[in-house]
Amino acid sequence: MAEPIILVDNLFKNYGAVEALRGVSFAVPEGEVFGLLGPNGAGKTTTVEILEGMRVPDRGTARVCGLDPEKAGEQFKEIIGAVLQSTALPDKLRVKEAIELFANFYRRHINTDDLLRRFQLEDKRNAFYSQLSGGQKQRLALAMALVNDPQVLFLDEPTAGLDPQVRREIYDIIEELKRGKKTILLTTHYIEEAERLCDRVAIVDHGRVIAIGTPRELKHASAGKTRIEVKLARPLANGNLANLDGVVDVRDFEGTYVLHSARPPQTIVALVKQLEAEHNELQSLEMFSPSLEDVFIELTGRRLRD
Amino acid sequence: MSHTWTLTKARIRLATRNRAFFFFSFMMPLIFLFGAVFMFGKDSGNWVGYILGAVLTLTVMGSFWGLSVQLVTFREQGILRRFRLAPIGAGPLLASSILSNYFLVLPAVIVEIVVCRFALHMQSWGNLWAVFLLVSLGSAAFSAFGLIVASVTNTMQETQMINNLIWTGFLFLSGATVPLAIFPSWLQRVALFLPATYLAVGLENATTNLATMGEIATDAAALAIGLWMAFEISRRLFRWEPEAKVPSRAKFWVLVAFVPFLVFGTWENIAGNRLQQIRANYLTVGGRMLRQAVPRR
Repeated sequence: MAEPIILVDNLFKNYGAVEALRGVSFAVPEGEVFGLLGPNGAGKTTTVEILEGMRVPDRGTARVCGLDPEKAGEQFKEIIGAVLQSTALPDKLRVKEAIELFANFYRRHINTDDLLRRFQLEDKRNAFYSQLSGGQKQRLALAMALVNDPQVLFLDEPTAGLDPQVRREIYDIIEELKRGKKTILLTTHYIEEAERLCDRVAIVDHGRVIAIGTPRELKHASAGKTRIEVKLARPLANGNLANLDGVVDVRDFEGTYVLHSARPPQTIVALVKQLEAEHNELQSLEMFSPSLEDVFIELTGRRLRD
Repeated sequence: MSHTWTLTKARIRLATRNRAFFFFSFMMPLIFLFGAVFMFGKDSGNWVGYILGAVLTLTVMGSFWGLSVQLVTFREQGILRRFRLAPIGAGPLLASSILSNYFLVLPAVIVEIVVCRFALHMQSWGNLWAVFLLVSLGSAAFSAFGLIVASVTNTMQETQMINNLIWTGFLFLSGATVPLAIFPSWLQRVALFLPATYLAVGLENATTNLATMGEIATDAAALAIGLWMAFEISRRLFRWEPEAKVPSRAKFWVLVAFVPFLVFGTWENIAGNRLQQIRANYLTVGGRMLRQAVPRR
């Protein structure tokens, strides 16, 4: 079996009293899009910044293409590309100048005009950085990350803060890179992003990897249960939704009851009957196919966005 | 070296797109120049040369403020973080700051000299080679001093506080604004420990053609050694991240960069004749009205 292109073994990292990483381990083979999915503060950015060589772990090892990011120096930076959680450039730097500037730092780089075309920035080639929209800035950040045709690409929350339309444009770009067999490590707290883009996902919470696998494997582990979210006119008087037909799990998230059911139609019928008996009313009911959010709720008891 | 040149060109481009750059680099020194000549030098072509030396000093020393503020701004805004991902080290980044600033200062210096010669009737060109040498070394040295301040401060507020402290000393104790010759003797001796003194006195002597080779060599050596030490210290203390705080004791590294001037100042105080030359040159230029104020040794 080929050596993994990214290898993380038992990483620990503290910021003062805060334990950001508590033994993170995973391996990424070449050509895979690997996701780190978790809420804010889970340790995703710390992990990826250690892999980029921007932070030093307290314990554990990290290897990218066989190199230690902390010690390999400029040789390491030649082979990686990265989009930081927030990229900032001087306001008066033009788009084309930014790409050419960074291209000149590498021994080998892609034609910058091709990059402008590929990331639909041709019309903005002479625009100042300060004149770009959020989506255009993110496309520029992606173009700069790919200017050296890196072996490994790190994307830290690449669509955070962008509107849905722009987010989908970025997804299209990442999917194109995926088709080109680029090795990508992506961090996100968006379920859709992880499910759509990643070959495998590690769910991270409180500095630990709590589950790892393909999105399909992880969802199957939650036994294919349907999520039913219910809002009631009044809190439950007595009775327990956990006893409803087909229900395997119930959690209360500030007035919204989240049920996981193996037999959704039977559960809904039983729910309506119970509410009638209690003279309670159903305000809203939504059903969702199993998703990574359900896996996260099952493993942590919390929603991903809490 | 190629990374340094790439960054230098980019920085020059960025600076010339900033309107404030033109005001502070060209307009303000010319305002000082015309104001000072109108007040003190309109009856004497000699004085114009002397004032030019002072204005050139202010122009060159401006590097100190500009680069420290720029580096801290880039760090706080997260711009340096992005550069950290590229295969460039702190050395080319800092060197490009110094080089770009030098190429931006040169046009202002040329304009000031030409204005003094043709519009303000300066008697001669002075020693242009000495002027060029001192401007070059001075620009680089004061840029490097600014980079040290940026490397040891954690916030813009802190940077401006330290800049103000150091800048006030440079401005008023070096001869750049008030002629050193009219200070009390003890204050003149203190001034010999300041890097700005070697620049100000050197340029004033060069523009009035009163500089001896020995004096030029001493001034150039002091600035060159100061530049080298300041650059090395700023490179070692350089931080890419705003979160990477510098411990308080590191701020004393700013003082280490001034060690060469401690050595030169001690030498000049004990065995040198710099102060006598300063007084003599001042009188030669035409400080007759203030002769009584010049203290005897």
